[in-house]
Amino acid sequence: MNILIVLIPVSVLLGAAGLAACLWTLRNGQYEDLEGDAARILLESDELSEKDGHNRREAR
Amino acid sequence: MTVAACPGCIAVAPSVEAVAKTATEFDTVIHLALPQIRCAACISGVEGVLATLPSVRAARVNLGAKRVRVVLAQGYDASAALQALNNAGFDAHELDTSALRPAGDDEGRKLLARAAVAGFAMMNVMAVSVAVWSGAGDITRVMFHWVSAAIALPALAFSAVPFFASAFIALRARRMNMDVPIALAILLAATTSLYETFAASGAHTWFDAALSLTFFLLVGRYLEHQARATARSAAAELTALELPRATRLTAEGRETVDVAALMPQDRIALAAGARAPVDGIAEAAAMVDRSALTGEAEPIAIASGDPICAGEVILGSPLSLRVTHRAEDSTLRRLAALVDVAETGKHRYSGIADRAAQLYAPVVHGLAAVAFVVWWGLTGDLHNAIAVATATLIITCPCALALAIPAVTAAMTGRLFRGGVLLKSSTALERLAEVDTVIFDKTGTLTEGVAQLPDLDPAAASVALGLAQASDHPASRALAAALADYRPATLSALKEVSGEGVCGLWNGASVRLGRGDDGPVLYLPDRCFPLPLSETLRTGAAAVVKTLQAQGLEVAMVSGDTQARANALAARLGIKLVHARVRPEDKATLVGDMAERGKRVLMVGDGLNDTAALASAHASLAPATALDAARVASDGVMLGRDLCAVEETLRLARRARSRIRQNLGLAAVYNAVAIPVAVMGFATPLMAAAVMSSSSILVVLNAVRR
Repeated sequence: MNILIVLIPVSVLLGAAGLAACLWTLRNGQYEDLEGDAARILLESDELSEKDGHNRREAR
Repeated sequence: MTVAACPGCIAVAPSVEAVAKTATEFDTVIHLALPQIRCAACISGVEGVLATLPSVRAARVNLGAKRVRVVLAQGYDASAALQALNNAGFDAHELDTSALRPAGDDEGRKLLARAAVAGFAMMNVMAVSVAVWSGAGDITRVMFHWVSAAIALPALAFSAVPFFASAFIALRARRMNMDVPIALAILLAATTSLYETFAASGAHTWFDAALSLTFFLLVGRYLEHQARATARSAAAELTALELPRATRLTAEGRETVDVAALMPQDRIALAAGARAPVDGIAEAAAMVDRSALTGEAEPIAIASGDPICAGEVILGSPLSLRVTHRAEDSTLRRLAALVDVAETGKHRYSGIADRAAQLYAPVVHGLAAVAFVVWWGLTGDLHNAIAVATATLIITCPCALALAIPAVTAAMTGRLFRGGVLLKSSTALERLAEVDTVIFDKTGTLTEGVAQLPDLDPAAASVALGLAQASDHPASRALAAALADYRPATLSALKEVSGEGVCGLWNGASVRLGRGDDGPVLYLPDRCFPLPLSETLRTGAAAVVKTLQAQGLEVAMVSGDTQARANALAARLGIKLVHARVRPEDKATLVGDMAERGKRVLMVGDGLNDTAALASAHASLAPATALDAARVASDGVMLGRDLCAVEETLRLARRARSRIRQNLGLAAVYNAVAIPVAVMGFATPLMAAAVMSSSSILVVLNAVRR
């Protein structure tokens, strides 16, 4: 049963890592425009995606 | 796509703040509403168009919110961007950025963060609980309880704050709300569990129940918040559509100021085609279009020193105006305020939701208390009695019932917003669903003023075009547009006489485009041609009339225009009921008469002459081009040009009504089954938490599904 002393913290830490990732996406504004982001994946042009990156930086 | 997938609105606030941080202080950030954008092509189209402009430093479309955020370089305004977008075929309206910045709309993000923490804690505690349930021995069991407590208590302290806060506020005001039983149940479950942990008695703990209750309720609340946020951003956008800016003339030159800052005796410049923002006195002769205020289609000539009312449109040449009344005292505002007063009657139509939740709250606590006393009295087992009471408290909470109506209203309002219709009142959907008669205003609503011409010989047509091009009068502009295929004749000595027409010399002979009884008349040396302005139908007008009639709704048309013109248009649309030559106050009477005959009238109109009718109708809609006052009076504003939005609105309203009924049914069935089970002690707190929150989520999902 001593293995639990390792396993429980490990499982909690793994969960906490997932939680941290989720909170990061929140802070990062990744839920700002889900519909738009879903559509943006269809935009192909490199130039546009560069500009897009530029825009994102500008708008941030 | 569900509303949950369109959270553009929650994110608007943070991103705006972010822009403020990095855009240099000289850059301006503006927001443009783009009611038509739907797809990836629109995103790249809009951003591509804007990227080519020198005045635009950056632009980013938010598809969910149907909006583009534009960072303008120093010294530029929105006009170039608007122009470019309109040329590219995108409907764009500038929005008032200050009205769009709702305070603290990161509520959604907080809810999500709380739900994430609760979910994380719930998973871990449940994993540990599995060991307990599968029969872990004494010391291990106690240790597991301690581990659960260590995870659950901090998580609850963070995640359950919304419920505790709301319950506390309600209790302090000596009221009841749904959060009181929730908070009580969470508190009860947590404290008894903590007691069991300390006492190490070997009984079950319910940390998992408290956490899953919190988690699922937060998920439900987040979904609801999403729907509401979309609805709220519709309201914000409605306010933001009205741009409160004017150009003030000072000794140093021109400056752009807020309309609210204008004082009497200030002088403001109005461009041709601009709407006067305040009452004032014209400083030169001008043509004004009073159609929005009086319904008269013909522009009126005014002399220098004549008064101009807020809302009138200046035609022809730019004009300076001496302000006589501040914005809030100006005619339109006065009218808008009157309409506000008239509107309060409408708000008395209070929603069913509040009443239901109010009635239900005391029952919850009563049942739980009774269950506790009876079980304790009968069995003498305090621990079990508390368990039953907690389960009852959780299960009887009327969350599903309370969510049944607002979730649907918010989801449908949000969906309408994405379809280009902004609804203002929360009861509007209920009223729209009951509509059985639709009255359309003619000018400006069913029609747009574009000319259609009889046959002209090429010479006459080219003279007409030459004359029409010399004037800014709407009739002239409409003529010029209709004659665009011809080449203008070479004319000399062109002169425009305000209110009379344009005259000039053609091959040495005098020609004139002047006012006639039935629209403009072209006078050639030997002949004259009446050029009746037949109005063109707004997009979707015929389709919407046909669809509404097919659905069994009565469709009527009301107009201040002559009987003949109104009849002609009605015949084209297939409208049988026509009221022509109706004065503004009679429009309201007409609506009132219909209401007395038991009709539920939807009024669709745009002018100030429709305002009273809009306010007194059972429900009302106005196009975005409508006047401020008309928009204030109506329940909703249609952003797009297409009139089919009317039919769509009614359809969604009826769907909302059926969803509300389904939800109330769901909630009733759930309670009828779950409450007896809980009171009889068959449900553990964990089961109660799972069942209760799943019923709430079911109701919300039913609301947001397509």
